[in-house]
Amino acid sequence: MDEDDRNNRAERERRKRNIALALALGGLVILFYLMSIVQWHENTGH
Amino acid sequence: MAVTDTLRYQRVTTVGDFFALLKPRVMSLVVFTGLAGIVVAPGHVHPLTAFTALLCIALAAGASGALNMAYDADIDGVMARTATRPIPMGHIRREDAMAFGWAIAAFAVATMWLFVNELAAGLLAFTVFFYVVVYTLGLKRRTPQNIVIGGLAGALPPAIGWASVTGSLGLAPIVLVAVIFMWTPPHFWALSLWRCEDYARAGVPMLPVVKGKRATRIQIFVYSLLLAPLGAVPAFIGLGGMLYMVLSATMGFWMLLEAFACLREKDEVREPAAKRLFGVSLLYIFVPFAALIVERLLHLPPLWT
Repeated sequence: MDEDDRNNRAERERRKRNIALALALGGLVILFYLMSIVQWHENTGH
Repeated sequence: MAVTDTLRYQRVTTVGDFFALLKPRVMSLVVFTGLAGIVVAPGHVHPLTAFTALLCIALAAGASGALNMAYDADIDGVMARTATRPIPMGHIRREDAMAFGWAIAAFAVATMWLFVNELAAGLLAFTVFFYVVVYTLGLKRRTPQNIVIGGLAGALPPAIGWASVTGSLGLAPIVLVAVIFMWTPPHFWALSLWRCEDYARAGVPMLPVVKGKRATRIQIFVYSLLLAPLGAVPAFIGLGGMLYMVLSATMGFWMLLEAFACLREKDEVREPAAKRLFGVSLLYIFVPFAALIVERLLHLPPLWT
């Protein structure tokens, strides 16, 4: 495997890592948002 | 020389490396028993709250796994079973694994505190502390009772699940914890029987390394003997129904038979009975807990109220 191949592969893995992190954080933001609504409903007795 | 010295090669850390750090197979078992705790607990909880509780249990279990791999990287590197893990392979730095593990653990506990309740968060924090500090950093390298005492961490998820719903604890979740606690030694000692040389090379004082295989087989049998009746107790405290009783008794008897075969084992090289016992012990945890979940979902009555 030459240097270019190695760099390309490393770049691809970095991109995958960033996408996975973005998806995980996005999922957590949605979960926090929904949980806040659930708690608000429970606390206000709706 | 570490096993990984001949395997190691440098490459960028992948998503798969981080995922492997979470010990997904162990995590799935923890999530399953945590789910059982949530499902069988009396009372109602919003499905999203239950999902959040389960996610926190999963994340904390994964974080514990990552921290265990970080602190035990030296041991993992010399054991054939663990030599291909991301840290000994050089795919991820030990410091990164530690940061990853502690960050996820803190996040899981804080989220549990914020959206579920204080007791569940406290139990979750205690579980991570017990697994990482008491078991990994304390007991594992010091005593052959490491997995007996350390087993408490792996046994707690049903109680965390229960506390997520009720905000309290009682006899029922403690019995579920006791069942997993009693199951842990025969499960891990079966594994250590055929991985004995691996543990000896790494300097981990597992029971067969310190006391010998004969003593380990006897201990496995004694624990399995205690586990069989203990596994039936949920049916007599209003938790399990007929399905649970039948499956729990069957699995308890099967595990006892395999433990007996292990006790009489002559092939100390291949240890076929220990391998079978290990497989059956995995089923032992899965089948009765699945029965508890199914009974509750189908509204089947408990055997004893």
